Amino acid sequence: MTTLEQVFRDDWGKVLAAVVGYLGDFELAEESVAEAFAVAARRWPAAGMPASPTAWLVTTARNRAIDRLRRDRVLAAKLRLLEASTQAVAEAEVDEVDEIQIPDERLELVFTCCHPALAVEAQVALTLRAVAGLSTEDIAQAFLVPAQTMKRRLTRAKTKIREAGIPFSVPAADLLPERLAAVLAVIYLIFNQGYSAPAQGGQLAAEAIRLGRVLAALLPAHSEPRGLLALMLLHDARRRARLAGPDGQDLVLLADQDRSLWDRRQIAEARGLLDQISGDRGPYMLQAAIASLQAADWTDWRQIAALYEELAARTGSPVVQLNGAVAVAEADGPAAALAVVDALGLDGYQYWHSTRAELLRRLGRSAEARAAYQAALALAVSEPERRFLRHRIEDC
Amino acid sequence: MQYALLIYTKPETTEALSPAEQEALSAEYYALRDEPGVFGGAALRPVTTATTIRLADGKPLVTDGPFAETKEVFGGYYLLEAENLDQATELAARIPALRLGGSVEIRPIVG
Repeated sequence: MTTLEQVFRDDWGKVLAAVVGYLGDFELAEESVAEAFAVAARRWPAAGMPASPTAWLVTTARNRAIDRLRRDRVLAAKLRLLEASTQAVAEAEVDEVDEIQIPDERLELVFTCCHPALAVEAQVALTLRAVAGLSTEDIAQAFLVPAQTMKRRLTRAKTKIREAGIPFSVPAADLLPERLAAVLAVIYLIFNQGYSAPAQGGQLAAEAIRLGRVLAALLPAHSEPRGLLALMLLHDARRRARLAGPDGQDLVLLADQDRSLWDRRQIAEARGLLDQISGDRGPYMLQAAIASLQAADWTDWRQIAALYEELAARTGSPVVQLNGAVAVAEADGPAAALAVVDALGLDGYQYWHSTRAELLRRLGRSAEARAAYQAALALAVSEPERRFLRHRIEDC
Repeated sequence: MQYALLIYTKPETTEALSPAEQEALSAEYYALRDEPGVFGGAALRPVTTATTIRLADGKPLVTDGPFAETKEVFGGYYLLEAENLDQATELAARIPALRLGGSVEIRPIVG
């Protein structure tokens, strides 16, 4: 990536947010911002970068939008833009606009993109397009859908934002926790898409981490964005150790991973984030704390089991209890864990069967273990997981 | 922006209420009519009083009731002027039908 591309990627969300905030219209803003970036790509390599690239891009995009509104009175009326508020900055002065004059409205943009009135798949696509600045083609590829489908999805979402009056604002305090949870869920979904399909989605994990950093920086008073960022950094730190074999499609369990492949810098960064957190611990933070303990040289399974218990109490999720059972197995032995797992009865869930299988295998109950592995295999979709389960069945 | 708040109710939950409870319920609906931004609305008589008309071989065919086998039926609406969807949602969330297992569809009005 050239420096210019880097600036573009880093600045896209900020520039778009400022222009949407100014125009109140997503689509016109996006077109104008794209034009401004195109002008920059032509001009900057020869004329040099302006002192404040972000401010230059915002001002140029606004000017382009104002031009368009002058030509298109109908559009201007529809957007209820008053002549008085649409003063273009003279061409010669564009270079002088200061960064400080540009408000950072990325939070508003994030909350618009992740509004619950949009379908989750639209929230995800819109966040990647608008905030992270990915191209429609790249997003389509990462989610294995045709580019046309993704384009339609994005257009429909932007139309809904305009026509249904989805606000461009940070939600009021009483709504904030719920809305923030939706934003965090979208970012984590993007991360997991990248994590579970590394071949196509490697970029997505990096994008999710980048979004996580932006959100954590924009909401310093909230701990969950930092918890999510720490969680993603910890999972991502183990990415290179997670798959092995000649074609890189063999799943390696945590205990068997080559720890020299772990990204120590990322693990340290995540721990630094967790250390800053005090008081109430939300679900992302608890998960990050668990992942951090799992990445330690000596694993404190009892503390991990306790954290899972806290997380299960908070979320009421049987899947969390299932994951906690793995820690119980390490702390108190497979028999204690099996009792926990059997009580959950998650018959349609692949990992319930595979966890049971693992515990039965460790208890020496081979026939039952084999049956449970087979039940898991029948539900498994990803190739590395299917391969892993087939190996286990052969070994029983 | 202007919105229509379309109210879907479960008839059996309303019918199960005592006369006094039903009266309190309609008082609540009337009170919402006086909220700032609300500029219209109507409550519909039960779906058992409905008549449906469609074209059969180009001629109007009148039949009894809607045939849809849905549990929720359209029961009434408010018209609301609001700043944005979040503000409309705030009022919509106070519609009593929600407490009784119904739902409210928020639709922007063309204009």
